[in-house]
Amino acid sequence: MNAETFPLRPSMPPSQRFSMRSWMRGWTDRAVSALAILATLIVITPLVAIFVYLIYKGAKSLNLAFFTHIPNPPGEPGGGMANAILGSGIVLAVSSAIGVPIGIGGGVFLAEFGRGSKLANAVRFTADVLNGVPSIVMGLAAYALVVVPQKHFSALSGGVALGIMMIPTVCRTTEEMLLMVPHAVREAALGLGVPNWRSVLSITVRTASPGIITGCMLAFARVAGETAPLLFTALGNSFWSASLNQPIEALPLQIYVFAISPYGDWHRLAWAGALVLIVLIVLAVALVRFVTSRGVLKGTS
Amino acid sequence: MLNSEVESEPRAGLKPSPGQNPETAAAPEVSPVRGFLLSRGNSAIADAGFRWLMVFSGLSIFGIVGLIVWQLALRSQLSWQKFGFSFFYRSYVDSVTHQRIFWDPVSGHFSALPFIYGTLVSSFLALLISVPLAVGLAIFLTEMCPQALRGALAFLTELLAAIPSVIYGLWGIFVLVPLLRVYVNPFLIRWLGWTGLFSGDNPTGLGFLAAGVILAIMILPIISSLTREVMTAVPQSQREAVLALGATRWEMIRMGVLRNARVGMMGAIILGLGRALGETMAVTMVIGNTPEIHASLLSNGSSMAAVIANEFTEAVSDMHLSALIEIGLALFIVTVIVNALAQLLMWAVTRGAPATAR
Repeated sequence: MNAETFPLRPSMPPSQRFSMRSWMRGWTDRAVSALAILATLIVITPLVAIFVYLIYKGAKSLNLAFFTHIPNPPGEPGGGMANAILGSGIVLAVSSAIGVPIGIGGGVFLAEFGRGSKLANAVRFTADVLNGVPSIVMGLAAYALVVVPQKHFSALSGGVALGIMMIPTVCRTTEEMLLMVPHAVREAALGLGVPNWRSVLSITVRTASPGIITGCMLAFARVAGETAPLLFTALGNSFWSASLNQPIEALPLQIYVFAISPYGDWHRLAWAGALVLIVLIVLAVALVRFVTSRGVLKGTS
Repeated sequence: MLNSEVESEPRAGLKPSPGQNPETAAAPEVSPVRGFLLSRGNSAIADAGFRWLMVFSGLSIFGIVGLIVWQLALRSQLSWQKFGFSFFYRSYVDSVTHQRIFWDPVSGHFSALPFIYGTLVSSFLALLISVPLAVGLAIFLTEMCPQALRGALAFLTELLAAIPSVIYGLWGIFVLVPLLRVYVNPFLIRWLGWTGLFSGDNPTGLGFLAAGVILAIMILPIISSLTREVMTAVPQSQREAVLALGATRWEMIRMGVLRNARVGMMGAIILGLGRALGETMAVTMVIGNTPEIHASLLSNGSSMAAVIANEFTEAVSDMHLSALIEIGLALFIVTVIVNALAQLLMWAVTRGAPATAR
């Protein structure tokens, strides 16, 4: 065994080397355990700090007007983020309409048709890599694809940007959920003479549907908090707008603009918006964890 | 039901299906069962159509990557043709002040160097802070933690990963930056100022250090949960073998677990680096957004993602837009390479390949 390289080694006479070494080993063990616990505490601290501060600041400034009014001009107290909530809903609806079907289709391909093939491995790898691509690059791509041909910023382009971000996430979770469906279920369906497409849609996907739905919610929660791709696609709008062809406000976008503004009342709205956003996301994550850990899937098979 | 769709060509199925005897099909009187099956037609077309639809969805992933590369390359032509590769390292001398400048859209000076520098400094600072903490957390969760606490702690770290970056930025502006400004920065300047890394000429509290700390908090959950994954993948027999030789718990972790998991941990760290390189909002909100290069970690800077987020909608010229898109393309290529590398390392471990013990 190599000599320990623990920095706190005390100077001891050589005659006591053996006992010193076992003493050292014991204390190294304790020190490392303490360090690991310390690391855990340090990690948990910012999380708790963020949550406590967010709830404290957010709850103080959250009121009914937040959900029913549009923001007031700077200097006038009051106002809300109703237009941003509506805008977020519209942009997310567009993105889900793009991301969910294609993502689920890709997942079905990976799990049902391409299992083990080179093409499926390549798709899986690319999806994982695409998952790590910065969201601002997705925004640039949507800008080039939609905003430039349209010649103006629009809710549609924001939806496209978030939609292509959803595809890899939905695709991979769908695949994972479908792989959990036992093979016997597929064989039973095919044995009854059910066409393959029907067996996939009504048997396999249906069996895995709780998992797939939660996977979609996870992707949804992830893009719901995205700001960077919306900066130059949805752009933002201080007034009511529900048109796909107009610039539109979104909750994270509004939080960003208000946070870097110099007005105290806007800061208050930013905290309230952050609280609303985080409550939505925590609910989604908790639901996902509940479904995947409680084995809803196992119950159905 | 499917009958209506496939009814139109009921003959199509007769030939390809190998089990069927063409004589019985052609015979005038068929058994009721056979007749029923024939009347239903077959699903060859629907199946093939469905299959191709799914394959197409799968291939759309390639389509997205191709589209991103093509569009970004197309729109950055202008700046690529003017500056070529020197866009990434050149600098200019201001005609009035005779100082080195890198980025001045109004006078047409474009160089990505300060942004590359800012991205690298803030990302490596984040790794420096978060890797020891993440590994410590993973060790605690896999090897020491009581079962009851494990689920709750894992859930908490998962939540940390789900918080949107704009909320980290909000917290950074209103909590972290004042904290750094009032307590941490004066301490660093006083005791570590002699290294040259902490100089006191920026009173705002914004800068590389703030960006690094925020990034560290953000990439911690990814690194730690992936590290935990590869550490749980180490077979129990490895731990038992080391313990049987009389090792203490730390020696067991060091020799039995960490040594076996190191390839996967490297993958986790690189994946965290990929996230840090491309993180936009939180960094934009705390890094200070000045296109300058300073050795001091406490001075303002900017990063590749931050400059795109800040200037894109207010670009003054086509060249400015094109230069920003070129920065985006470079960011895309770098993160793709980093992520691919990390995925390959993770695959090498989790696919069951022996984790190269020696």
